[in-house]
Amino acid sequence: MNGLFALASALRERGVLGLNARNGEFMLPWNPRRFYPLVDDKVLTKTLAREHGVSVPEVYAIIEIPRQIRELKAQVAKHEEFVVKPARGSGGEGIIVITGRTHDGYRKIDGSSIDDHELAFHISNILAGIYSLGGTPDKALVEYRVNFDPVFDAVTYKGVPDVRVIVFLGVPVMAMVRLPTRKSGGRANLHQGALGTGVDMATGKTLTAVLGTRIISEHPDTGVPVSGIEIPHWQTMLEIATRSYELTGLGYQGVDIVLDRELGPMVLELNARPGLAIQMANRAGLRTRLEAVLRDRAGLPGPAERIAYARERFAARLS
Amino acid sequence: MSKLHLYLLAGLLVLAGGAATAYKVLVLGFPLTPDQRSEIWRVELQLSYDPDGGPAKVLLGVPSATGQVSVMDQGYAARGYGVTTERTPNNERAIFSIADAQGRQYLYYRVVVDLSKPAAAQPEPPPTSRAPNFGPDELLAAHTLVDEARGKAADPRTMAEVLLNRLNLARPGDEASFLLGRDPMRVQARVPVVAVNLLLLAGVPARVVNGVLLKPERRNARFVRWIEIYDGQHWLSIYPTDALKADSRYLLPWWRGPALVAHVHGGTNLTTDVTVSRSLEFSTRVAVARQRALEHRLIEFSLFGLPLQSQLLFRTLLAVPLGAFVLVVLRNVVGFKTFGTFMPVLIALAFRQTGLTAGIVFFSIVLAFGLVVRFYFEHLKLLLVPRLASILIVVVMLIAALSVVSHRLGVDVGLSLGLFPIVILTMTIERMTIAWEERGPKEALQQAGGSLAVAAVCYLLIQHALVRHLLFVFPELLLIVLAATLLLGRYTGYRLVELRRFRVLAK
Repeated sequence: MNGLFALASALRERGVLGLNARNGEFMLPWNPRRFYPLVDDKVLTKTLAREHGVSVPEVYAIIEIPRQIRELKAQVAKHEEFVVKPARGSGGEGIIVITGRTHDGYRKIDGSSIDDHELAFHISNILAGIYSLGGTPDKALVEYRVNFDPVFDAVTYKGVPDVRVIVFLGVPVMAMVRLPTRKSGGRANLHQGALGTGVDMATGKTLTAVLGTRIISEHPDTGVPVSGIEIPHWQTMLEIATRSYELTGLGYQGVDIVLDRELGPMVLELNARPGLAIQMANRAGLRTRLEAVLRDRAGLPGPAERIAYARERFAARLS
Repeated sequence: MSKLHLYLLAGLLVLAGGAATAYKVLVLGFPLTPDQRSEIWRVELQLSYDPDGGPAKVLLGVPSATGQVSVMDQGYAARGYGVTTERTPNNERAIFSIADAQGRQYLYYRVVVDLSKPAAAQPEPPPTSRAPNFGPDELLAAHTLVDEARGKAADPRTMAEVLLNRLNLARPGDEASFLLGRDPMRVQARVPVVAVNLLLLAGVPARVVNGVLLKPERRNARFVRWIEIYDGQHWLSIYPTDALKADSRYLLPWWRGPALVAHVHGGTNLTTDVTVSRSLEFSTRVAVARQRALEHRLIEFSLFGLPLQSQLLFRTLLAVPLGAFVLVVLRNVVGFKTFGTFMPVLIALAFRQTGLTAGIVFFSIVLAFGLVVRFYFEHLKLLLVPRLASILIVVVMLIAALSVVSHRLGVDVGLSLGLFPIVILTMTIERMTIAWEERGPKEALQQAGGSLAVAAVCYLLIQHALVRHLLFVFPELLLIVLAATLLLGRYTGYRLVELRRFRVLAK
């Protein structure tokens, strides 16, 4: 029992944020419920992002009723590659990545093929809400397939690496790169087995990583060290992150950014309930940084000041 | 500011709940613990029928003349009816009569008995001998059974036991099953009647007794039958099954003879519904006069004024908030993962029908089979609503199959499985599959285990005698439960499991 209290007070000292505190002290007061639909529905998120000049993958088609599925073939005719995903999906479920054509259909990213019929069935499942939060009817999104920048190739096992930035009241407070592993099946969600590496907010360089609850320094599948990789366009990413606050009005959110080879950083999705494992990836507590923002936010009028503040205050401690 | 507000509100609630409870304990003398020695039971019988229109008369057997337990109080509630009682050598009957009955009629009878004070055993006069009631074709079979039993029995008592045993072991085609008749539904009820006739044939005075098992407290209690034989001085009870014998302390003899408890003249569709519960009338510490006054206040101030049926319901209902509170603690302070928010509480309520061990076993079996089927359905790529409906159908079939199998195996608890909430099972299967697919088997099993563990804790709590007693007698305590839950709503400390999760950060 004593050990538990000691552990709890050690964590408190390091400023580690627990679920109850995240929900009770940061999400409930700073995330008005009426703004949640903006991030839960990717179609709304994209519309908003485009209005605010934040770069997002281009939408080829939005399918809302089963009748529209028939028009899909014509709509994607001029795109060799595209992605089909549910608008209200979670955890990377229901996403199909098409990388080419076969003689009777499409080529999926894993090399298997899928014909028009199977694709139509998949989309009708999305519409019925199989992949959506709470099983409510959904829309299907057909969009640009991000052409990933090769910077993370050596530390990625088949899939979509992205950068998750936690933004509090417009200040980027903590970031991590989420790297798919063999176990995560190409998905970038930490609870599915993906790797998360911390990021030095000052330089955009990766630190050590967390896998489950372990701290590691090499990718489990490729064996390549994960630290010291410099994320390109770091300043742009911070700008995108800080602007997402004005975009949604959510005080506490996670911004998932992917890096396209030609188009640079793009917002993939926003998350109103970002997880807490990012603290282990950075070996730092969120609460300390969140409280610093609460204290100093009066002196941070615009995005430029907020980014400068983040780069200075949340630089990785040398240890 | 808002925290202060919350603390004030919680403090106010605690104060109100505490003060009301203290007043009831200190001034009104309500007991803080359920008095386990109290053997006072209330039995309520609801009787209803459709009158033909015009005069109607209902004859209801009442237990006041059975002479073995002391009847403390009895009463009738029958609007518009005249009530008289009538004594026969063996029974007492209440006669409800009305000149003009229209629409379905409801009559109530209530009796309070004290099992701790058995009536003094006085020598009883020998009964007038009766002739056995056998048809000419049955007589031969009856004689065979009696002769067979005579060879094994030493006295009337063993004779009766041998005969009951023989009837219980009747095999199709033998004498015993011939006498019991062909209807399998009625064999149980016929055994005591046939046994009595066989005993009469053997020259042993005997009679059938009908009664109610008072334990456990329940709604829809059923009448059971056993027999009594006369040993020259007293009537001795002999029970047809071991289970009944084990519970014989809690049997309330109601009426004698093979007739039904009630008859109606001038009406049809007579149904009876019996509710039994242990009365919360209190220990001898309270003086009799005080107890009278108290009873008045009880009815004024509490749930005791409700009909017995609703009282039993409320005893469980009032414990549910405590289950919800425990759920909050286990989820937000300990960090248990469960399916859905209140699923564990609902599962705990379902366990009340089956008991804990059997409940967990059945739940796991249905869940496991359901998961297998659900994984198969996954290949069929069904849309959401038809998929859920299909799982529901499978769950119902699983429950039916399990009931049959467990009944075959002699586990009676399987019969109460029909009441297991199918919708909860369906949703659990669906959620578990999704968790399995999205988050892996480990996470899914963790959540399932967490749900069951939380359900078990909630169940143990809402079934606890002291908890049920306290919340039923002092419903104001719920204000304190509410206050504690509100305070937990602002608990922003670590969850127990997070200490483990983040332990690398403590270094």
